[in-house]
Amino acid sequence: MKMLKTAFAAATLAAGGLMAATTTALAAGADMGAAEKQATNWHAIVMFVIFVGITLGITYWAARKNKTAADFYAAGGGITGFQNGLAIAGDYMSAASFLGISALVYGSGFDGLIFSVGWLVGWPIILFLIAERLRNLGKFTFADVASYRLAQGPVRIFAATGALIVVIFYLIGQMVGAGQLIKLLFGLDYMIAVVVVGALMMIYVTFGGMTATTWVQIIKACLLLGGATFIALGVMSHFGFSFEALFTKAVEVHPKHGAIMAPGSLVTNPVDAISLGLTLMFGTAGLPHILMRFFTVPNAKEARKSVFYATGFIGYFYILTFIIGFGAITLVATDPQYIDAAKGGLALKGGGNMPAIWLAHAIGGDMFLGFISAVAFATILAVVSGLTLAGASAISHDLYANVFARGRTTEASEVRVSKMASLGLGVIAVILGIIFERQNVAFIVALTFSIAASATFPVLVMAMFSKNLTTRGAVIGGYIGLIGSVGCVILSKVVWVQSFGFADPIFPFVYPTLFTMPAAFIGCWLFSALDNSPRAQAERAAYPAQAIRSETGLGAEGAASH
Amino acid sequence: MHDHIRNNPKFHELVTKRTSFAWTLTAIMLIIYFGFILLIAYGKAFLGTSLSGGTTTIGFPIGVAVILSAIVLTGIYVRRANGEFDELNRQIIEESR
Repeated sequence: MKMLKTAFAAATLAAGGLMAATTTALAAGADMGAAEKQATNWHAIVMFVIFVGITLGITYWAARKNKTAADFYAAGGGITGFQNGLAIAGDYMSAASFLGISALVYGSGFDGLIFSVGWLVGWPIILFLIAERLRNLGKFTFADVASYRLAQGPVRIFAATGALIVVIFYLIGQMVGAGQLIKLLFGLDYMIAVVVVGALMMIYVTFGGMTATTWVQIIKACLLLGGATFIALGVMSHFGFSFEALFTKAVEVHPKHGAIMAPGSLVTNPVDAISLGLTLMFGTAGLPHILMRFFTVPNAKEARKSVFYATGFIGYFYILTFIIGFGAITLVATDPQYIDAAKGGLALKGGGNMPAIWLAHAIGGDMFLGFISAVAFATILAVVSGLTLAGASAISHDLYANVFARGRTTEASEVRVSKMASLGLGVIAVILGIIFERQNVAFIVALTFSIAASATFPVLVMAMFSKNLTTRGAVIGGYIGLIGSVGCVILSKVVWVQSFGFADPIFPFVYPTLFTMPAAFIGCWLFSALDNSPRAQAERAAYPAQAIRSETGLGAEGAASH
Repeated sequence: MHDHIRNNPKFHELVTKRTSFAWTLTAIMLIIYFGFILLIAYGKAFLGTSLSGGTTTIGFPIGVAVILSAIVLTGIYVRRANGEFDELNRQIIEESR
């Protein structure tokens, strides 16, 4: 159990992109001292520097290509479905899902699968309900879609508020994760990681915009998928490509023996289980940096293809992390050079996040260990770049151009504001990364995904599917979801007890989504139904025209290139 | 042009067919996923049953099947939407010109 808690705590640290947390896990809290600084790893540093060199070259190329706002926000709409699928996978697969899930499998076997599955099943929902309509109606941000036939000001302010809260907290999670990882993997100081990540993401986004961000994500996805495939093949070849042989050996050497082959104690309370499931599934469908990726493809056809490829890559990746976790049980836990002798049992040198890293060493030696370490760190860069661009576009495209300037601005000044916003977000992320070094960040997963599932997702779905939705309904319903989810997370165990030190949580569950998501939907519906203002009538009358564009794509073709 | 599309029966056919297809697949995914979650909460012993007498338990193929089902369902939707539905869509836009 202690192992599992450590794995969770470390995983929660390793990125905000991670949802690996249930009651047990979150109750365990994040032990910030978990990552011990290791000896300086020159292989990893050299390979990471090569990665940075290549991505900076791409940024230089992208900067010369970037001319219009559509280039900056949406890579000119010229990304293919396959490329976008890879980029989405690169945006979504975090260092935490690589190190954290394999660590979870290493610690408790089958239970790791619960999270892999939860991480994946939001993608089909995005495809069936959101992707093509988002592409047909929107230009640069999901607020374009939510506010398509509603009042620009209030709806965009709501959407940008939700997006910025998600982006900033997600960034904190990534920054803290980067700081812990650099100690573990490179043997360098926390501060160096935070500053390096902050500086690089500002360069990628400010100079290279969406084009550079997309290619950083594509390269990272290829490296991560390639590296994980190599490790998994190494494991399977060791066991003659027989899962039965792998499992038999794992059961024999693992202290929990046969218990690793069945679900353990991770999911017991049905309310928490279902609320967790809803959060994982619909949270993914409301993340601003994920939604933004659908504006980079030329049409609905490519948008659909991108989800298919992304789902395939991400699903494949989670199956690999599973093999890696079991591989670590059989090849790492049995080798004294990786075991922390002082703690004994399964405890590894360097802490709970290390199974995949040591397995890479067991299979490919020092060079490959360096490669995987560099990939794990590069992974964070790809995620933070996507986040920063999404946050900057909420500030420049939604708040500045469409609310503050009421659409009367030039493309050039909008892009300039966006670049300044990227720099501002970079500075904020570095400062918060330093402030949060020793804070409990276990709440970040619950907070960001609950907001995405309870505020963004309901408003987006209602805007697309409900002909009766009005501005008043969207805004009140949206804020019910936003304030409700933020409030419940603050009152739940992770913040109320673990950060504020009160004895008992006021909100008894970890994830509020089971309550706040329906509340937001009902709020949208009810306050729209009660709204009979002239504006509401005009908004309802505008639905058929929206539906034609949303369903047929008519008028959307050139959206990204004006 | 909008009126033309709105009055075109093919537009209604497209919206009705595609929307009901999308919601059906959504329902299937929800049933599979929440079925899996509930099985984990209430059917631990079943998932831990040995598969054909070896160490491998039934839980593993089921978990992998849930992952594969997500990929297969997206594939089914993309195939039909990019083929049949887009063809219908093309005709609607053609006829509105």
